[in-house]
Amino acid sequence: MHSLDFDISHMLAGGLVLISFMMLYQDRLYSLLNVFALHALVLALSVAWQAFVQDAPHLYVTAAIALVFKAIVIPVALHRIVKQLGIHRDIESAVGIGPTMLAGMGLVALSMVLMLRVTPEADPLAREDLAFALSVVLLGLLVMVTRRNAVSQVVGFMSLENGLVLAATGAKGMPLVVEISVAFSILIAFIVIGIFLFRIRERFDSVDVSALDDYRGERR
Amino acid sequence: MNVHSFDPVAAVLLIPIGSAALLAILPGYRLTAQLNVVASLATFLSALSLFVIERPPPGPYVLVDDLNIVFIVLNTFVGFTTSIFSASYIAHELETGRLTPVYLRFYHAMYQTMMFGMNLAFVSNNIGLMWVAVEIATLTTVLMVGIYRTHAALEAAWKYFILGSVGIAFALFGTILVYMAARPIVGEGQDGMIWSMLIEHAANFDPALLNVAFVFLILGYGTKVGLAPLHAWLPDAHAEGPTPISAVLSGLLLNVALYALLRFKILLAANPAAIAPGPLMVTMGLLSLVFAAFMLYRRRDIKRLFAYSSIEHMGIIVFAFGMGGPLANFAGLLHMVMHSLTKSAIFFAVGHISQIKGTQRISRIRGLTATHPALGWGLVMGVVAIAGMPPLGLFMSEFLIVSSTFARQPLLAIVLVFGLLLAFGALMLRLTSVAFGEPRGSTKSAEASYVPMFAHLSLVLMAGLYLPAPLVVWFQHVARILG
Repeated sequence: MHSLDFDISHMLAGGLVLISFMMLYQDRLYSLLNVFALHALVLALSVAWQAFVQDAPHLYVTAAIALVFKAIVIPVALHRIVKQLGIHRDIESAVGIGPTMLAGMGLVALSMVLMLRVTPEADPLAREDLAFALSVVLLGLLVMVTRRNAVSQVVGFMSLENGLVLAATGAKGMPLVVEISVAFSILIAFIVIGIFLFRIRERFDSVDVSALDDYRGERR
Repeated sequence: MNVHSFDPVAAVLLIPIGSAALLAILPGYRLTAQLNVVASLATFLSALSLFVIERPPPGPYVLVDDLNIVFIVLNTFVGFTTSIFSASYIAHELETGRLTPVYLRFYHAMYQTMMFGMNLAFVSNNIGLMWVAVEIATLTTVLMVGIYRTHAALEAAWKYFILGSVGIAFALFGTILVYMAARPIVGEGQDGMIWSMLIEHAANFDPALLNVAFVFLILGYGTKVGLAPLHAWLPDAHAEGPTPISAVLSGLLLNVALYALLRFKILLAANPAAIAPGPLMVTMGLLSLVFAAFMLYRRRDIKRLFAYSSIEHMGIIVFAFGMGGPLANFAGLLHMVMHSLTKSAIFFAVGHISQIKGTQRISRIRGLTATHPALGWGLVMGVVAIAGMPPLGLFMSEFLIVSSTFARQPLLAIVLVFGLLLAFGALMLRLTSVAFGEPRGSTKSAEASYVPMFAHLSLVLMAGLYLPAPLVVWFQHVARILG
């Protein structure tokens, strides 16, 4: 029975890493948002499975937050923003797909080597979860640095936070305060970002962050 | 209020958050600015009372010990003086129309929320709660940096937000790893997050996990401290936000992140098998110092100049704590206090200067000591202090750091002295052009409140001439805690 628990949580966490990879090569904003919704859905499943395996009912709350808020509300809202701004056609990666994928593979290998080496004594469920979680965090970071568009940077950041939630739920018995705070910080972050996106649009007629660089205080 | 029922820790947290709610709904700038000052004063007095009233025992959420009481009192004091400066500064911003009354209300509410976040970070005994508190403080400052809604302000706020969030994400990952390391020893659930429980059992934690955790924590909280190469947000955020915010960013928020780092450093030092946190901190500290010292020469914006100077000084402080030992820790602690006081005093002066001249460009500001003697000489004194000249307080702390380093690691001391001299040269170069020579720009008189600036500077001067014995004993004790 134990091995089935293990396999399913392994599969879900591995699925998250795979979907993070899918994010790396999306070059349209809409498809990026759809992949992000899928990412959040798999996260919700993974957290729910952890709740079941660890017999920790409070984790179902975290799973529900991930499902409702991150898989539905935010992608829909971002869809609307993208539509209003009229930037859905944009193809906007700063680095080519080939190098990005290679870098992503390197990061996953790095996190596997690092995490599996330092946690030989931890229980295997948490151990593999942690390695996958770090991969998701680093891939989220990679999405952020290879994109120039503010919306896709936000998506990268949220997938990074998904990795953190995965790590927090994998750490058995970690107090609720942190999980709620993670979900809460995303909420706040989204409000802040929403405000900024509209403000940036007002000022620049674009959400391309490179347009902002021209206004950096010292260039002129 | 009955003295026995008075709980200073609760007051330090409840006064800011309560007044934030009040300030969000009250109209009228004169009233709200005064209320902001009164609330900050009340918080400061509550913090001071921690010295005399018996401290609460360490609980699951709150901890007051000799280390954080220094930070809390410094935080609330600078918060109080900055609120006075802010009242006179903001009135002018309202007149020139850079801010509207609605934004002003928002500004005051955010100011108190930020104080709440910082105080919470200092008193929290729970590493998860501490993380949340640092996040609150960061988000409020992001909103305030972007408050002018200009191109540059939005760019600065966006950059600060993104880099700060990535930093805080790394810090959370590090926190989770610390919990993972603690779980087999301390047990599941809340105990694994309580710092005072963690420190008791730290010697038995899995060292490998703790090592990785510290790397994430130093990257995460180090972004907030402004250590090179993670400092990119700092100059922009300081330059584009309202000057009172630059003062608290430099003087206080950097300290909050540093404090979090120090807590984890103590934890790591308690485990003999884990890596020594020192070398990592020494390297990043020296890198920040030398890098910032070079960058100082190329600054043309006066607030940016002092932002880089903050990176330089945080580098020195992290270096000192990284060296460790009673003397270096003592010096680091003293340097941190002195830097907070001096840097906020400088920003008070710079704020009024840029308002009078209507610009932050160094080339358009000349001969301040002739046209505005109080402001000009205040700035001169502040810059002389920050450059580390005797007889001011920063000279003493820098002297202690340099001499203790020479005694132990002469090669590192050479790099340190090189960085210090380089920064000294840059600051003197800029100071002579700004403070002396033929006056340039507007010469209208300043409607400034000089009390906060000279209060800070006289404290720095006093510390340089004579440190009271109880304070020395206290700092020595804290230096021993820091290991």
